[in-house]
Amino acid sequence: MATVILQPAFARRYTDGVITLEVDAADYQTLIDTLDERYPGFAEGVAIRTAVAIDGQIYQDPLLEPIGPTSEVFFLPLLEGG
Amino acid sequence: MGNEGKQQFKWVGTRPVRPDGVDKVTGQANYGADFTLPGMLAGRVLRSPHAHARIKSIDASRALALPGVRAVITAADFPELPSEVVAGGESPVNYRHISENVIARHKALYEGQSVAAVAAISASIAEAALALITVDYEVLPHVIDVRAAMRPDAPILHEDMITSGVEPKPTKASNIAARTEFNMGDVEQGFKDSDVVIEREYTTQPVHQGYIEPHAAIASMAADGMTTIWCSSQGQFMIREFCAKLLHLEDAQLRVIPAEIGGGFGGKTTVYLEPLAVALSRKTGKPVKLVMSRDEVFRASGPTSGAHMTVKIGAKRDGTLVAGSLELAYQAGAFPGSPAVPGCMTAFAPYDMANAKAVGYDVVSNRAKCAAYRAPGAPISSFAVESALDELAIELGMDPLALRLKNAAKEGTRALYGPKFPIIGFVETLEAAKAHPHYSAPLKANQGRGVASGFWFNIGGQSTAAIHINEDGTAEVVTGSPDIGGSRASMAMMAAEVLGIDLAKVKPLVGDTASIGYTFLTGGSRVTFATGKAVCEAANDIVEQLRARAAKLWKCGIEDVIWKDGVAYPAQGQTDARTQLSLAEIAASAARTGGPITGKAALNVGGAGAAFGTHICDVEVDPETGRTSVVRYTVVQDVGRAIHPSYVEGQMQGGAVQGIGWALNEEYVYSEQGQMQNAGFLDYRMPVASDLPMIDTVIVEVPNPTHPFGVRGVGEVPIVPPLAAVANAVARASGVRVNDLPISPPRLLSALQKAKA
Repeated sequence: MATVILQPAFARRYTDGVITLEVDAADYQTLIDTLDERYPGFAEGVAIRTAVAIDGQIYQDPLLEPIGPTSEVFFLPLLEGG
Repeated sequence: MGNEGKQQFKWVGTRPVRPDGVDKVTGQANYGADFTLPGMLAGRVLRSPHAHARIKSIDASRALALPGVRAVITAADFPELPSEVVAGGESPVNYRHISENVIARHKALYEGQSVAAVAAISASIAEAALALITVDYEVLPHVIDVRAAMRPDAPILHEDMITSGVEPKPTKASNIAARTEFNMGDVEQGFKDSDVVIEREYTTQPVHQGYIEPHAAIASMAADGMTTIWCSSQGQFMIREFCAKLLHLEDAQLRVIPAEIGGGFGGKTTVYLEPLAVALSRKTGKPVKLVMSRDEVFRASGPTSGAHMTVKIGAKRDGTLVAGSLELAYQAGAFPGSPAVPGCMTAFAPYDMANAKAVGYDVVSNRAKCAAYRAPGAPISSFAVESALDELAIELGMDPLALRLKNAAKEGTRALYGPKFPIIGFVETLEAAKAHPHYSAPLKANQGRGVASGFWFNIGGQSTAAIHINEDGTAEVVTGSPDIGGSRASMAMMAAEVLGIDLAKVKPLVGDTASIGYTFLTGGSRVTFATGKAVCEAANDIVEQLRARAAKLWKCGIEDVIWKDGVAYPAQGQTDARTQLSLAEIAASAARTGGPITGKAALNVGGAGAAFGTHICDVEVDPETGRTSVVRYTVVQDVGRAIHPSYVEGQMQGGAVQGIGWALNEEYVYSEQGQMQNAGFLDYRMPVASDLPMIDTVIVEVPNPTHPFGVRGVGEVPIVPPLAAVANAVARASGVRVNDLPISPPRLLSALQKAKA
């Protein structure tokens, strides 16, 4: 089961304050679908250009990035730069 | 260093002559303002003289009656867009805010905001017409300072702006656009467990990116609505997207041709003049050119945020960092969107700290909307944290680099913003700094040495690259990334390396929006990493095609052909294959083997390598005048792999110099009416070559495993540490610590006199 860790403010709004979630998913989109079923509105919450870190690697527009059984997943604000 | 036994390359890591050099030194390069079209009209922009005013009416009739005036536009010529945050550009955007920053609709929110624009047959007529436009303003109270803007009784800029990120949702409008919080561990317990706690307040001022080339744009809309824009920006596709959204056009109606760019540093990642030029061209049926003066650049574009910050850091007596908290209030300018979030995410990132918290506020006030500036948000918050760490080191009696080394983030360290770091090279930068002769060199009277470190994520994103093999075996490498830091050289070098051919045979080009696939803008230190990866894939595509062409000529399978040093050879044991074939020979026979040879790659690249830097700064303080001179400066940075080390060193030096200016001199001076008083390089003091010593550089290479050559991105990290490196040096030289930037001579003199009294 992959571990999804949320920032508290996001968790308050979308997961009833639950910060750490265990999810069985082989890729990013399946993970989002699974969490959206569990917490309706979750997918919308991460939809507006949220970056994701999977095992420390940051992806800006993820879809089918693989997720392993021991993966750690974080949602991040979209990163910009100068 | 950091890459013992590194792979040797033919081109990567060498220092060839830059491909854009001749055009630039001979004046042949075409910048945004250099284009001229037949029948072109001159545009000028009328700007608000007030920091905050309701626009009751605009009467352009007298201007339109002036002979030679062809059109006047106001916000009424643009669609009124809904105020909503949607995906777009570099981060979620509110197109209504972008539109109103381009041309004010109901209110002018800062002095210098555009309220109308004119097109005329000459610049002097357009200028005269501006004076004939009557704007009826109701002047409103204004607020400039970030803390003043946060007060409940402050003048409100946006009556519909409710602070996001606060539960329960506030019911009253405020200038605080958003609150963001990051947490890790138990900060309060961490402070209780600490032996030493340092708590300080800091402020920084907004500073401009200071690019030499002012904004410039030409637009020409044909009768069928097809529009061409020539402009210098950090992203031709960004210009297309924003113009399309602001003017309700389709992407395919717009072709944006990137001009050579005279500096951007993040400040050219949005639109200012381009939508105005398109609207004027639409109204007149003629090409229209708009160019900002330096005065307009200062009043109406950039800068980055100023900030007020509080920092608290707790440590054990042995120097182990236990807890850190940070509260940041960043000025966004007139519309939301300061880099408070990356400010929160980056400041503690270099350190392995179990308990940390960062809270950021994005605050609007009556000054120009902030724009990105190298590592947006990071230099500001790092100034606070790295200054506090210096005081902690003094309190603990520790060497400041040893304190950082003891707590340095490594592979597997969890950052405050969540993930664990993959392979990074922060420790290597600290060790290289400690071993550098600069760090142990003796200091003279009134001199002091400061150190500071910094972090930036670097990003990937979408990039397209195409490589065309010409009939004579030379190659064109086309990408969609404007070259603001030497990317054409690095693209050509990586292509030459993969193809195995002479670099002189490879010509790098930046394509326009109609000639290359979508490419995200040049920013986030992404181009050599992400577009470079696309170039490598396109070159690999070419190599496969070349092997296939050779196989056809030799009547063998592609598996029987190997590609080495730009030549096709028979694979081992393939004695029936007759000879070898160079790229030029295969190119010459392209017509017979299947037609033109073109390789391409279109990627959305993840896995950007985070980068760290450590700076050493020596200053000398004149106790009589308060003037600070930087006498020696060394930048140490993990770059992953330096494709063209001279460009990499240039990035490191440039970032350091901009950071030194931020620390010592640069600030906006406002009148009581909220009008900028120093809108020019004479009064807005950026460092010039004669102010500084040669900036020494040490390239550390801990390759990023997600890039074919190990690139991490280099352009942003070097502006992160200088603010604190300079401030720490000043404190150690003078015995007085100034926590408010800039540490200008009057400010330092006052602090010295206060300390003496």
